[in-house]
Amino acid sequence: MGKQTPLYDKHVVMGAKMVDFGGWEMPLRYGSQIDEHHQVRNDAGMFDVSHMSVVDFTGPDTRAFFRKLFANNVDRLSTPGKALYTCMLNEAGGVLDDLIVYYMDENWFRVVFNAATHDKDLAWVTEQVKPFDVEITEPSNVSMIAVQGPNAREKVCSVYDDPIRSTIAELAPFTGVQMGELFVSRTGYTGEDGFEIILPDSQVNDLWRSLYGVGVKPIGLGARDSLRLEAGMNLYGSDMDETTSPLESGLGWTVARDPEDRDFIGREALEKLRSDGVTKKFVGLILEEKGVLRNHQKIFVNGLESGEITSGGFSPTLGKSIAFARVSKETGGTCKVEIRGKQVTATVVKLPFVRNGKAVQH
Amino acid sequence: MSNVPAELKYTKSHEWVAVDGDSVTIGISDHAQDLLGDMVFIELPEVGTTFSAGDECAVVESVKAASDVYSPVAGEVTEVNENLVDSPETVNSDPYQAGWLFKMKLADAGQLDGLLDADAYSGVAADDAH
Repeated sequence: MGKQTPLYDKHVVMGAKMVDFGGWEMPLRYGSQIDEHHQVRNDAGMFDVSHMSVVDFTGPDTRAFFRKLFANNVDRLSTPGKALYTCMLNEAGGVLDDLIVYYMDENWFRVVFNAATHDKDLAWVTEQVKPFDVEITEPSNVSMIAVQGPNAREKVCSVYDDPIRSTIAELAPFTGVQMGELFVSRTGYTGEDGFEIILPDSQVNDLWRSLYGVGVKPIGLGARDSLRLEAGMNLYGSDMDETTSPLESGLGWTVARDPEDRDFIGREALEKLRSDGVTKKFVGLILEEKGVLRNHQKIFVNGLESGEITSGGFSPTLGKSIAFARVSKETGGTCKVEIRGKQVTATVVKLPFVRNGKAVQH
Repeated sequence: MSNVPAELKYTKSHEWVAVDGDSVTIGISDHAQDLLGDMVFIELPEVGTTFSAGDECAVVESVKAASDVYSPVAGEVTEVNENLVDSPETVNSDPYQAGWLFKMKLADAGQLDGLLDADAYSGVAADDAH
């Protein structure tokens, strides 16, 4: 038996198929995964993301510590509540995790790590923090709900009273705010507008019920995956891991090279990789024929193996199969994907596939 | 609990078989479609192909995974359900009627005796769910 979130009983009552995800028993889908996907693209859906790890870093050296710990530069954060997406690298430039860091105040940053990497991440930061005056604490007994979709903000606002309602209504994109025990950020993993809400375990069932009451439908991990895939967002463990650098994972934009003297962990390895030449790139694929692209299928260009799919699946918005692939740098135009011994043609495109609920024209 | 019509025969690998003289119609069970989730692509055999019992004869791909369909009996494919090419979701909504996959001319009627009846298959499906 895996770990259960405080919403576990709700999922079961709502008919969810439960699956193991990073040691947690999480809902895969409640009914049709494709309907859940469209619900988020067209209206509003909610996800139990209580398995994700919320960690607070406090103390006078926090900013200095994060300058070293993260590949993106926390000096980009100066407005309280502002969030930054970054990779945390090992010395070899491999990705230990991808995460969001929130700047709360000069003595307090909040980080949301992936669930499956929790133990590894905590061990790493606990080791790296030693020279710094920083305290690491994990708020206990907190849950997290993501509410996503074009109507998500309006519906979330409708279940709160002022002053919370007006505060979150005015929240800028990629910003969070702490109000007593409640933390709300305008972030997500679907490409849609919406919020992620962190609150005490004791309140999460009430919020879930209130949101359901205003027409926010529960959405499982299955649709969460197809939504993020369409939106061009990486999944840790599939699209990148400790053996791949952000430069080969479509995440070069998150690595802040300026200023040159910021000595973050993994910098030296990435600079060497750049000067030696990055041989792989990260692209989108659209399958023009019938079939479904899946993780680890091989890519061929002119009969030579070019790479493989890191995440593949069916895109309900496009009505076609799509994928992310790590391929040789020269790959472009079209390529062949090997599916059960047969080679089919896919178009190589830039990410994302879907923006603001609409298919991107390639 | 999933629907298991009494008049059909089944396999442990979740195919159903409807018998009409020496012609059989084959599909996947309600339990199987429910486990796999929304269908997005069905690869059907070609008419005229012959299969032995247990051969891989079709592939059903859902949002979750690709899954092989095995021929429950030996025979020659006489007809395939072309509607599934554009509407694979029919396998989810109506697995025993409009969602049939293909028809075969039976090579050996005796093989039908080796298939499961509805009660036996219900037991297989129930074990599978735990």
